[in-house]
Amino acid sequence: MTARPVRRIVAGLALLLSGAVVLSACGGTTRDSSAGARNADNTTASANPNAELKKDLKITFLPKQVNNPYFTTAQHGGEQAAQAFGWQFKATGPSDASAASQVTYINTAAQQRQDALVLAANDVNAVAPALRTARSQGMKVVTFDSDAATDARDVFVNQASTQDIAVGQVKLLSEQLGGQGEFAILSATPNATNQNAWIEVMKTELAKPEYAGLKLVETAYGNDDDQTSFQKTQGLLQAHPNLRGIISPTTVGLAAAARYLSSSEYKGKVALTGLGTPNQLRKFVQDGTVTSFALWDPNKLGYLATYAAAALASGQITGASGEKFTAGEMGEYTVGEHGEVVLGPPTVFTRDNIDQFDF
Amino acid sequence: MADRIRAVLRWETALVVLLVAVAVVGSVRTDGTFLSGGNLFYLGLDIAEIALIALPLTLVIAAAEIDLSVASVLGLSSALIGWLWTAGWPLETILPVVVLVGAACGALNGLLVTRLGLPSLAVTIGTMALFRGLALVVLGDTAVADFPASYTQFGTTPVPGTNLPYPILLFAVLAVVFAVLLHASSFGRAVFAVGANEEAARFSGVRVKRTKLVLFVLTGAVAALAGIVYTFRFSSARADNGTGLELAVVAAVLLGGVSIFGGRGTLGGVVAGVLLLGSLRNLLILDDVSTEVLTVVTGLLLLVSVLVPAVGRRLGRRVDNSRLGRRVDNSRLGRRAGRRAATSAAGPP
Repeated sequence: MTARPVRRIVAGLALLLSGAVVLSACGGTTRDSSAGARNADNTTASANPNAELKKDLKITFLPKQVNNPYFTTAQHGGEQAAQAFGWQFKATGPSDASAASQVTYINTAAQQRQDALVLAANDVNAVAPALRTARSQGMKVVTFDSDAATDARDVFVNQASTQDIAVGQVKLLSEQLGGQGEFAILSATPNATNQNAWIEVMKTELAKPEYAGLKLVETAYGNDDDQTSFQKTQGLLQAHPNLRGIISPTTVGLAAAARYLSSSEYKGKVALTGLGTPNQLRKFVQDGTVTSFALWDPNKLGYLATYAAAALASGQITGASGEKFTAGEMGEYTVGEHGEVVLGPPTVFTRDNIDQFDF
Repeated sequence: MADRIRAVLRWETALVVLLVAVAVVGSVRTDGTFLSGGNLFYLGLDIAEIALIALPLTLVIAAAEIDLSVASVLGLSSALIGWLWTAGWPLETILPVVVLVGAACGALNGLLVTRLGLPSLAVTIGTMALFRGLALVVLGDTAVADFPASYTQFGTTPVPGTNLPYPILLFAVLAVVFAVLLHASSFGRAVFAVGANEEAARFSGVRVKRTKLVLFVLTGAVAALAGIVYTFRFSSARADNGTGLELAVVAAVLLGGVSIFGGRGTLGGVVAGVLLLGSLRNLLILDDVSTEVLTVVTGLLLLVSVLVPAVGRRLGRRVDNSRLGRRVDNSRLGRRAGRRAATSAAGPP
């Protein structure tokens, strides 16, 4: 009774496959044959630096996911900027940080005829087709925190330059150690793009005469996993009895290292700094394990990104290198290479200011 | 009398009414944007993968089995596309190979269920992790995105002259194929028979294991096809593509009126279910309803979809007590199953 459909289905699959083999035999679309197909960039309009910021702008703010304290803080910054000028500011977004869910919201913003979209991209490329379509319909796109493909957005507001982040951390450690002693780096994964770029710059920075007393003895990888980072911290301290400091340029690593140190004999004796969020490290700053650490302020990031969006939608800038715009109380910013605007040096958190931040 | 009540209570009818209601309310609330061609295009794109996978899964659930590994097969298919493309294979070869790998994944599920007699719930929870793991082995946590525009345009532009997304065109064709397979072929009758009562089906000469195996293979192949659609739609091949999608698909099938216990359901109902979930989601987002409310509304709708047919069935039973046990009749197993059974086999009362 069922034998014939089975045979038919098997035959169908076989037919499909043989068709494919025939197709591929006479050449086909391979990676080599299609390389360099895309170079479209439609920033042909010219900027008018004297244009006033429009009052009736509709701006959609799209974080990687909603209910994430980091992005909620950024959203507050955007709201502050929008309130000052009376723009319609709408924060929306998926509850999971996936590119697929984000694309739905990008398409919706385009359907709602918003003037500008401010987003933190969940995937460099997966959101790009939707963004390109939205831009072709006249919407301005600003990315912040995480960039999308360069030709899919107008401006990227970068939280901090590689240089600023790396140099800042070496400086914090040097201050805490008085410029003398052995230290180690607890990084994320061995192939983490951001961390590796920072570590490279740190090494260049350490070659300067003012850091002659600092010696990098090991770079360990905690894989951005809490447990692994915890164990690696333990390992570093056992392997290097003279270790006086640790830099962890990743929030997961820094929090795990702080947890280990605060419950060990090294508390207060081994300096710890790096990149972390105030909420994760508050109690370790209060109990003396950590003196100071750094991160950009997401509130300012959201504020600046929203101003950039308004400047684009008002025609003040187009995203070309060298254009300038004023971001409210934060002052004047210049668009750099590839449409990047850099927020500035990271904010340093200490016992004195940590309670002003909630993210 | 009883037949008439049942016709009114038919779940498919309710779904269509709800769908129309959503369209009307949506159109009013968004000043017509909801029903604009542009929005319908995006709506179609958004439901593409769920709609595709829901087709074979309808048959699987009607046969009283389940396949939770579909989203992982989608991810594996996406990862394979990325890996083979980077290795320099032509897409014309990659795509059929990927569909065949999907079919092989389905075959593995099917063989474990039919030859070893394991419950499909347990098997496919296992292979859900296995296939996702394989996807990560193949592509790691990298993404491949340099696909040619001649292919990715199928996921980003409509069929020329219309607002119809290509994936929905594919879905429409497959929906007809699966509707014929389920409702107008001996294979479809075997599926319902197996779902309603496996023992009875076996004694009636239905090749139960063979039927189930075919269903799992079909599901794997279509899930891989959905992986292709997903990859080109976002022009991004990633191992974690489609994570969690299996629950959305199962939800759509159940909302479509297919009984989780098997033996009952229609493909038309499932198509309506997919459309309803998709349009409701689209409308709520378009109307700036927060994500939390969105999740709550979707959850409530699913609860109602399980609740209403159950209540309806109890009502129907009270109206006509003499038709107890018609579930077996519905499958049109016996030659004597008459016209009456044939009409009610179309769906839940």
